[in-house]
Amino acid sequence: MDTLQLVWFGLIGLLWAGYLVLEGFDFGVGALLPSLGVGRDAADTEKRRRVMLTTIGPHWDGNEVWLLTAGGATFAAFPEWYATMFSAFYLPLLLVLVALIVRNMGFEYRHKRDDDTWRRRWDLAIIGGSVAAPFLVGVALTNVVRGLPIDADLEYTGTLFTLLNPLSLLGGLTVLALSLTHGAFFLALKTSGGVREDARRTGTTLGLVTAGLAVVTLLWLGLATGSVWSWVTTVVAAVALLAAIAANTKGREGWAFTGTAVTAATVVATYFLALYPDVMPTTLATGQSLTIENASSSPLTLKIMTGAALVFTPIVLLYTGYTYYAFRKRIGTQHIPTAVAVK
Amino acid sequence: MGSSLDVARWQFAITTVYHFLFVPVTIGMSAVVAYFHTQWVRTHRPEYYRLTKFLGKLFLINFALGLVTGIVQEFQFGMNWSDYSRFVGDIFGAPLAFEALLAFFLESTFLGVWIFGWGRIPEKLHASTMWLTHIGTVLSAYFILAANSFMQNPVGYRFNPETGRAEMADFVAVLTNKVQLVTFPHVLFGSYMVGGAVVMGVALWLLRRDAGTDDEPVYRKAVRVGAVVSLVASLGVVVSGDVQGKIMTEVQPMKMAAAEALYETTDNAPFSVLSIGSLDGSEATRIIEVPGLLSFLGTGSFSGTVDGIDELKDSERAMADEVAAQYGPDVARLVAAEDYTPIIPVAYWTFRLMMGFGFLTMLFAGLALWATRKSAVPQARWWTWVAVLTPLLPVLANSWGWIFTEMGRQPWLVYGLMTTATGVSPSVSVGEVWVSMVVYTLLYAALAVVEVKLFLTYVRKGAEPFVDPAEHADADEDAPLQFAY
Repeated sequence: MDTLQLVWFGLIGLLWAGYLVLEGFDFGVGALLPSLGVGRDAADTEKRRRVMLTTIGPHWDGNEVWLLTAGGATFAAFPEWYATMFSAFYLPLLLVLVALIVRNMGFEYRHKRDDDTWRRRWDLAIIGGSVAAPFLVGVALTNVVRGLPIDADLEYTGTLFTLLNPLSLLGGLTVLALSLTHGAFFLALKTSGGVREDARRTGTTLGLVTAGLAVVTLLWLGLATGSVWSWVTTVVAAVALLAAIAANTKGREGWAFTGTAVTAATVVATYFLALYPDVMPTTLATGQSLTIENASSSPLTLKIMTGAALVFTPIVLLYTGYTYYAFRKRIGTQHIPTAVAVK
Repeated sequence: MGSSLDVARWQFAITTVYHFLFVPVTIGMSAVVAYFHTQWVRTHRPEYYRLTKFLGKLFLINFALGLVTGIVQEFQFGMNWSDYSRFVGDIFGAPLAFEALLAFFLESTFLGVWIFGWGRIPEKLHASTMWLTHIGTVLSAYFILAANSFMQNPVGYRFNPETGRAEMADFVAVLTNKVQLVTFPHVLFGSYMVGGAVVMGVALWLLRRDAGTDDEPVYRKAVRVGAVVSLVASLGVVVSGDVQGKIMTEVQPMKMAAAEALYETTDNAPFSVLSIGSLDGSEATRIIEVPGLLSFLGTGSFSGTVDGIDELKDSERAMADEVAAQYGPDVARLVAAEDYTPIIPVAYWTFRLMMGFGFLTMLFAGLALWATRKSAVPQARWWTWVAVLTPLLPVLANSWGWIFTEMGRQPWLVYGLMTTATGVSPSVSVGEVWVSMVVYTLLYAALAVVEVKLFLTYVRKGAEPFVDPAEHADADEDAPLQFAY
């Protein structure tokens, strides 16, 4: 195995980690609308929902680019992996796309008309999309690690139902629960008043549920395909999550959010360490696993991509960091302007 | 049910044409909005602030759809075209990854800052975020067009017999493909043409509706800026299109011959503006014909020789045979086709519709500029039609141009290297492709209805009255935000 092949395996893992850490919290915020976005009356409910959506408003679009970059980088660095994975997960990916489409449209269009029916419909789109997408991403990633029926031509031979196995469904629930917890801690950190208090309270409950799901998923996965290093990251993930919950109960909101961010990143790290040196193991005796070595691009392509990543990733991180600085202020219902949108 | 190939092709066509309705609007309008925003920051004249806010809203209504339909595009290669992705991913994947890393992050991040930046970041920085968004859209166009140009004219690759796939030999060659160097300006100018035309059309409609009010000069300004942008860009479209025709004749002669339904090799080849009859060759009756024009478009000389379809059929087959002989049976399968001719009527008509719609846009922009000079307001009733059609025409010209470019390349997926039939995903069933096709089509249609309604609602509402944002400046910690979702 070539060094650059290994580097790109790591970078793809990093991109998925970035995606779950960043879009994870905006998935969580969207999915929590029906629980944290409920106030004492209709007007308060509406203001709370607007507070929640405004906290992720400047960020969700940039967060989603991590998914596109993970997809594009896989295409460029591991074309065989991209081809097998995207055609294998055909219907789940279709649902992910529909989920992302309707929720993104919801973010952009919800506030564009002052009309309750209109808003309720887009709320449904946001909630549905924010629940479905992380769940399906979790199902897909868990299936990758668990192994799929891939034949000697590197083609997927299963059906939709092959993908709906207990371990992968559990993986989906874990990613969903983790996103909800991460979103709750983000809201606790970024809002003031009622939303903040409720987010903290709900966050603890969600955190405990996540801990339960994550432990079962990671143990199951670890016993099936784990390595020494994946056990190390499993422990880190568990400790980070418990620390996050503890920090949340003590009102240390920054630490709580950092904790779930570390959990999300180490869960992905665990997946990738369990995967190594394969990128898509086969479950067929006569099949052929996709490996870092046989799925990768040519050395030249990897070299070019490495150069681009070295130069541009720091720049991206820098201006992404700036957006969190520019919009660092906590938001409460008092900050929400009266709707002036078109009827 | 058809084969999954047919359905996958229709799906690519529907999702791509749909996506590209919004792309040129995004590229073009982001520049116009950035211009008005810059003018506001420089002069603090209310009309610039009002136009920035008003056009910014229309821009965002459009942007949302362009964004979400773009995600489908990136995933579709792996989902429906996995054999294509395997065969050329080493080359084709790189520009896509570059696009995400260099363009998507820039565009998405700074647009988010722009939307929420009112009153929250310094105003000069705020105006520059729309420029950065614009730069992101332009970079995105560059990389995706480099990827497409590889399909039209594969360069910078070599075939690796060990892996059985095409691999990168020279990335700079891929990024500076001669087809790319002329397609990029053509598409970029086409997008500015669209951006200008949308602004002009919308503002012209409002100018006529609100003539005599205080808003009249505001809308006149927008009409004129939009018309100038569209007109100047259209000159760029014509010039780049002309060069493109010559390069196309050189690298994809079949496409040029198909564009004229020219079956026999001809010197001084004519260009027909309109024709009737069957276009299968035998009895095409050309109604309006300009002698020598096709030769000029293709070669730069009115007496130049343009190869006909019949002859090119043989030379394309010879080209395929040569590739097959050179690279062996695995590649022979990729280049084999029964017929190397694209669907001639599609190529013929889309080429003309593209040019026709483009020239009409130029005409309308010129007319509007003339009619709004010296504080005039165009009165005649047909101006409503000019206002309504101007945004639509160049958008559709873009669509026709792309349909021509892609359909004119058939049966090739990568010209001379891989046919479309061999690129489709073998593990995906017809049923699955049908399901996704139906889902996308219904979802896209529903979103189109919502988008158009919302767009028109905001157009009718017009530019909001001026409220000086400086009044917010001294507000306390708990003051409402200038913008929230």
